[in-house]
Amino acid sequence: MTQRDNSYAAVMARKNEIMKTSTGIDYNTYAQGAIAFDYEKMMADTGYTHEEIARIQSETKVGNTPLYELRNLTAAVRRISPPGKGATILLKDEAANASGSFKARRASVSVFEAAQKGYKGVIAATSGNYGAAVASQAVQRGLKCIVIQEVYDSRGVGQPEIIEKGRKCEAYGAEVIKLTVGPELFYIHLLTLEQTGFFNSSLYTPFAVKGVETLGIEIAHQVQKRYDRKPDAVIVTHAGGGNLTGTARGLLAAGCADTRVVACSVDLSGLHMASDTDFNKKSFTTGHTGFGIPFATWPDRADVPRNAARSLRYMDEYQLVTQGEVFYVTELLTKLEGIERGPAGNTSLTAAIAMARQMDEDQIVVVQETEYTGAGKHHNSQLSFARENGIEVRRGDPSENVPGKSIVIPEHLSQVMGRPQDMTQLRQSYLKNAAKQLPVASWSEADVQFLAEDLNTVPEWIRSQMVSMTGEKKKGELYDR
Amino acid sequence: MSITKAGTWVEIQQVVLSPAERAPSVPEDTKKVPYVMRVSGFLLEDAQLGQTTRIKTIIGRELEGELITVNPHYAHSFGNIVPEILTIGTDEEAL
Repeated sequence: MTQRDNSYAAVMARKNEIMKTSTGIDYNTYAQGAIAFDYEKMMADTGYTHEEIARIQSETKVGNTPLYELRNLTAAVRRISPPGKGATILLKDEAANASGSFKARRASVSVFEAAQKGYKGVIAATSGNYGAAVASQAVQRGLKCIVIQEVYDSRGVGQPEIIEKGRKCEAYGAEVIKLTVGPELFYIHLLTLEQTGFFNSSLYTPFAVKGVETLGIEIAHQVQKRYDRKPDAVIVTHAGGGNLTGTARGLLAAGCADTRVVACSVDLSGLHMASDTDFNKKSFTTGHTGFGIPFATWPDRADVPRNAARSLRYMDEYQLVTQGEVFYVTELLTKLEGIERGPAGNTSLTAAIAMARQMDEDQIVVVQETEYTGAGKHHNSQLSFARENGIEVRRGDPSENVPGKSIVIPEHLSQVMGRPQDMTQLRQSYLKNAAKQLPVASWSEADVQFLAEDLNTVPEWIRSQMVSMTGEKKKGELYDR
Repeated sequence: MSITKAGTWVEIQQVVLSPAERAPSVPEDTKKVPYVMRVSGFLLEDAQLGQTTRIKTIIGRELEGELITVNPHYAHSFGNIVPEILTIGTDEEAL
């Protein structure tokens, strides 16, 4: 037997073959052009109905989480809103899932599929909550689990939240491969998949995204039952896009076509995600713009060839919030509502407060997830760590937040404002990324149709952008370099 | 230097990529440092700190690396007190 070449370049070159073996999906069968592919067929081919998914999830302590009305917080928001404004804020308590976050939904179908297909184990590459979810699901299905996690900077220092998430993976019996900062995590991921023959329980397979659809369906049913109406807006903490995509697809399946699906991320602009020195200057490990923007504007940067999480298909709005605003709201949730939940899950609660102020009193805004909290994974841990790392922490106007330099915690609820991200800019940025795959002049009619669907717009808009993109290109050659 | 007995729970470290081997896309500061991996497991042979050795991980995989920690444990906490957040949501700060 010949020895495999395990160098970085050689393993990366075997990417497609490794993906096919480790997911059981031949992504080539869905291609319709250089850009276009049959997304709905890829989702449908998983073969799982929503009833089957709900049954699979109920076997492993996932789903049917409570939906709480945040009465005190809603009242507080109404006190600072114009007369007649201040929507009712509901919170879907996803911390109640096995492993303490909505990620259990995402892991459940994937791990079930791995067990059905006879894999001996599963592998997940993740910042944390998802690793714990896969580990928790794997142990219940009798599979081995390896979690590959970016943990340390070159000094060997890791953020308390990341350390805690790694601990939780190990608590469920997973082997955790702890890595320093860098995108080469993907190389280790591929190499480990190849060496073990385990299933790639990627965050971005159709199985993972299908698993989240029950979250949207439950929200629709719970709101309908209790308030006899559909939710007006559902706010989703956004990073890689699976949370938003799955929830939105579930809402649509449950007939909520008019519900606004709002993404929300913590604004970490200015910090480089692959930088060794920036790594410990951020106080959020996910749910931030460092993942949210790149994944929205080019989903196929994921660890599978075609990402099932395609957020711009479903995103109606995108709200950005500061680290200080989220920490303020996390503390407020604790003190006013009597529940402690982790900061990352409270990102969407922050945007919900900002939005509820603009919405009518009889409207309903749903915060669609919470996550567990504890040592390390707690706003006090993160703020203390930030201060130790030279970040200024103070009370004041949150618009003065500078990611990596200061965390300004609001002095009053009325300062929790968030700010909207320009959606047109996001769509244009996506098209620029598409043009890097294939020059605009070569886009086929199928590509144009696909891009329109992927950006939740019409083919005419894509064509008008193509004209301006090729015009600009002639002037400045902006896109192909 | 003391010998750690086989069977002890330890952590090993492996340099996966030297600075020269790092991915072309990484920023300059990251390119200056090696890409390093750490894994915990049961020591398969008596070994000293700093020595290259083998472990069996909790799922039974055998891996090789430099012995860096004996009985690794978690010490993360809720951190030092952050006085700035104490009064949020209390009567001190009327909403």
